[in-house]
Amino acid sequence: MPSIENAILAVVTQHPKEVSGGLPVFIVQDDAAAQRVAGSLSHILDAMVHDLQNGTLILVRH
Amino acid sequence: MNPAPAFDVRAFVVGLAAGVIARYLMLRIDYRQYPGYPHGYVSHITHGFLAAGLGAIAWPALISKELSAFTFLALAATQFRDIRRMEREALGLQEQTELVKRGVDYIEGIAKVFEARNYLVMFIAAVSSVVAHQWGLLSGVIAPAAAYLATVHLARGRQIGRIARVKPAKVSFDGPLLKVGNIGLMNIGLEADRKVVLEHGLGAVLQPITPDARRTLADVGQRQAILHDVATVLGLRKDVDTVAFTPLARRDLETGEVGFVVVVEEPDFEVLAEVVRAVPLLESARSRAAHLLQRVRRQGERLGPRP
Repeated sequence: MPSIENAILAVVTQHPKEVSGGLPVFIVQDDAAAQRVAGSLSHILDAMVHDLQNGTLILVRH
Repeated sequence: MNPAPAFDVRAFVVGLAAGVIARYLMLRIDYRQYPGYPHGYVSHITHGFLAAGLGAIAWPALISKELSAFTFLALAATQFRDIRRMEREALGLQEQTELVKRGVDYIEGIAKVFEARNYLVMFIAAVSSVVAHQWGLLSGVIAPAAAYLATVHLARGRQIGRIARVKPAKVSFDGPLLKVGNIGLMNIGLEADRKVVLEHGLGAVLQPITPDARRTLADVGQRQAILHDVATVLGLRKDVDTVAFTPLARRDLETGEVGFVVVVEEPDFEVLAEVVRAVPLLESARSRAAHLLQRVRRQGERLGPRP
């Protein structure tokens, strides 16, 4: 199974201006939505959700 | 010249039996190195039989001047290296589907043990056949028992319990950062995961007893081995898609303590501590560095300052 490890697979953010670059960014309105989207992505991608504590969550597979 | 004495079949049989029984007993010594399948049993007993045969035949062959039989011993080493390879490959392949990996260091350690046990069997078989030949059958029964106990005692590795104290520690969160005692482990972003960890997480801190112990606990392979054993015995509350519950062991760089949190089915700290204490010290991790450091320092003092 090909797998990308130790790279950011996706970003879930409430502040789209603070994120840029060539990766999937999911823009959400509040914390609850962020948790929901990040939770789904985590299960789909088998990836870990990390909280950058600036309204942005990242998904990384370790 | 006297004709060579006849080949002592009885001594050979005693040695062979002693070796095979020893191999069987050694299969059961340690739950971690227990092959869980009948086929594993068959292959190890078969190799044990070959090892016992080689060991048992050495002395009777030498006595009856069958020197070519004796040289077959040399074949043994090659034969048993294959066992190490076999174990390494089997465990290495299983690794892909383990929720908590053993790690290469642990696998290498287990593979070596399997190889070495065949040499121990050869030794026990050889001792028994020598004794049975020289002093009769009855002593050929006592000798292997003594040889078995001696080898088991000598071949028993040291364990974590000798180098570290296992203490329970509080599991907490500093924002998204999971902490055990004062040691930060990892950043868990999902609220729901944090709740589960707080509810079912069991935290422990290993305190190294000596400077060498501190270095041993710093070894990543050693820490992985600890986590693997804990997860095996206590049962992880985790699946492949719940990455947040993968146990990690991190060290406090100031004190050398190692902390970890496991999210388990059976949150019993006493069992956890017992399992951790029984984890073998891996050959790759065992450190005598503090001793070495002292020696180098003493040497430096003797030689004085250098230009």
